[in-house]
Amino acid sequence: MRGVSKSFAATAALDGVDLDVAPGEVVALVGQNGAGKSTLMAILAGSLAPDAGAMALDGRPYAPRNPLEARRAGVAMIYQELSVAPHLSVMENVVLGTEPARGGLVQKARARQITQEVLARLGHPDILPDSTVGRLSVAEQQLVEIARAFAIGARVLVLDEPTSSLGRADVRRLFDLVRRLKADGHAVVYISHFIEEVKEVADRFVVLRDGRNAGGGSTAGTTREEIVSLMVGRRVEDLFPRSERHPGEAIVEVEGIGRGEVGFTLRRGEVLGIAGLVGAGRTRLLRTLFGLEPVRAGRIRVGAWTGAAAPPRRWEQGMGLLSEDRKGEGLALGLSVAENLALSRLTGLGPGPLVFPARLRDAARRWIETLGVRTAGPGQAVGELSGGNQQKVALARLLHHDVDVLLLDEPTRGIDVASKAQIYALVDGLVAPPAAPEATRKPKAVLVASSDLAELLGLCDRIAVMCRGRLGVPRPAAQWDEHSLMMAATGTGDAA
Amino acid sequence: MKARDLLSRGGPVLGLLLVCAIFAFLIGPQFFRPVNLELIARQTAIVCTAALGMTMVIVAAGIDLSVGSIIALSTVVIALLLKRDVSPLLAAFGGVGAAAACGLANGVLITRLKVVPFIVTLGTMLIVRGAAKGLADERRIEAPATWLNGLLRTVESGRGLFLPPGIWVLLVLALLVGGVLRYTVFGRHLFAIGSNERTARLCGVRVERVKVAVYAISAALAGVAGVMQFAKLSVGDPTVAVGLELDVIAAVIIGGGSLSGGNGTVLGTVLGATIMSVVAIGCSQHGLANWVQQIVTGGIIVLAVALDRWRQGARAR
Repeated sequence: MRGVSKSFAATAALDGVDLDVAPGEVVALVGQNGAGKSTLMAILAGSLAPDAGAMALDGRPYAPRNPLEARRAGVAMIYQELSVAPHLSVMENVVLGTEPARGGLVQKARARQITQEVLARLGHPDILPDSTVGRLSVAEQQLVEIARAFAIGARVLVLDEPTSSLGRADVRRLFDLVRRLKADGHAVVYISHFIEEVKEVADRFVVLRDGRNAGGGSTAGTTREEIVSLMVGRRVEDLFPRSERHPGEAIVEVEGIGRGEVGFTLRRGEVLGIAGLVGAGRTRLLRTLFGLEPVRAGRIRVGAWTGAAAPPRRWEQGMGLLSEDRKGEGLALGLSVAENLALSRLTGLGPGPLVFPARLRDAARRWIETLGVRTAGPGQAVGELSGGNQQKVALARLLHHDVDVLLLDEPTRGIDVASKAQIYALVDGLVAPPAAPEATRKPKAVLVASSDLAELLGLCDRIAVMCRGRLGVPRPAAQWDEHSLMMAATGTGDAA
Repeated sequence: MKARDLLSRGGPVLGLLLVCAIFAFLIGPQFFRPVNLELIARQTAIVCTAALGMTMVIVAAGIDLSVGSIIALSTVVIALLLKRDVSPLLAAFGGVGAAAACGLANGVLITRLKVVPFIVTLGTMLIVRGAAKGLADERRIEAPATWLNGLLRTVESGRGLFLPPGIWVLLVLALLVGGVLRYTVFGRHLFAIGSNERTARLCGVRVERVKVAVYAISAALAGVAGVMQFAKLSVGDPTVAVGLELDVIAAVIIGGGSLSGGNGTVLGTVLGATIMSVVAIGCSQHGLANWVQQIVTGGIIVLAVALDRWRQGARAR
């Protein structure tokens, strides 16, 4: 790809970008959200046409008019959100759209043979052609989709954030597969936020920033920090600012809720972290506190109130939850930034039950500025923002409501490094003792659940580990490291 | 941005202008005589009043298939009350009250049983229709003539009203519903629920309460439509307005409402209902048979939604 440019309305999404991939090579495409990765790949996959620039495949000009032409030419794209038909079998999915047929009848035997061949070539003969895809694990479904790409002879494979929904063991297997494809002479473009993965699986990396090439090189000769600096465009001195914190009164007390008799105390002016593997019950704990799931046993105290309460009451009591599922639950993507931001507290934007749109936009504008949300304005639909900016809007809701207790579930999942740094600084500012002019403001209390161990270690004062529904005793962050946290999370070490 | 906004908001307006232009061409300028315009307004009133409530329900990603039956029940209740010498105003309120009670039941069933609105209101559509027939003993109920019958009657010139009182009622209600949708906490909650119910719940919106309220309000507006239906018929008729719910839903959809929720405006709905009346009256005045009119209306519904999809697709790119 040479000098590829693409503009949407007045915004240049891509400005003269180059990208080369050789057969038998894995190239990682990295960059923050909004850097232009998706646009570049959409052009490669034929979903978008470039405004300028040229592409060549095997030396011949390549200008697909639609995704089908791109697939026929041998360029296949595996998106983060899988596109398999869950009710159909593995076999039917693999030959979907290219069914071997005679006179309109699908030749099942031939389809089965193709499927078995491809799966064997991918090193997964264990997946049965007749299984229903919906019953397979996410990792297996991903394999079915990759198999579909190779069933029609793909030579260039684009993987967009392929590991975001995979467990550790599945990530291993995916990397083995990528290496196998590379050895077979295929070209792979690998898009990821995770620098560690990029360093592990790719030969070279290419950084995009604001729609331009911002550098690149061999992954072996570049450190993690150097890659991140290229992505952000400045040196990341310290991702985790830490002001002097003085934990005060206990604002949340939990005793014996859930299966594992979970108990802890959260104080004003501190960040308490909850580590644990996916499925350990971190999300359920936060949702139970917030009243989105029933309290089966035990006692919860929030401020002056004791007992279970539904979300409307929790907001009134000064507690807010940031959902881990940003697109499915956290935000109403079709609504504007302003509406999403103020949804939990629409009172005070007009007399009585009235909401004046102008007041709503003004309230939103304040937070857009404070948090540096990149948006065309408070009236823009949240779904049109990048992931990092969406997350800032979701977090701004808690600030607009001015809650005392912030429950943050995976606050930085899938967002770019610069937005992460901003969110870390913001959280630190919330728990820090207020500066002199606003001395009446009390520091907030923050409970963070995250699977990013570095994030927990950098952000939190105390960390407790959750393993199979049991929460260990919170210990000062300084007493943990990534190794001991992982040991406790997998239940291999002494969890308490 | 501005031009696209204009196009997206102006869709129903353009549609109405187009439809009017076609009939002006086919029939001639007499299509726009005041008498004809008033006829269009009167023809629109019943569907449009019910569509105001349906707009709110559809904005919240719901649907109410029972409005036709509710209108019939309302006419029956009014006629029965009038027969017992209840004052016309009280009788009208009785009809609206009975309608609101049906809507309350819809809302409670939907939120308590956690059954989708389509199924619940499909059920209550039959139940309410049956109740209306039972209440009326499967007959039309004659009622003494009162001022209610004049609601949709043409006003003689020089009385200062210009339009039948029913049309004024409709206009006031339209402004009220439009204001509620746009300028109140309740309205914003409806949009939030329609756009993403889980987000609404997370943000402390009392989702169940809002839903029960919206079905009750929608049914109450259907009750008002029932008052107008009664005015037109001057009898209580349990078999009236069969299938009317589909016209009502069509008006909302042509006006830009989306069945997946989060979209819809009162202005759009009013225009949508008007477009359908213009087509109906235009066709009959041009001497086109009823079946032509039905095909045209059906085509407009599909076209309106297809245009909307196309526009949203263009925006997502």
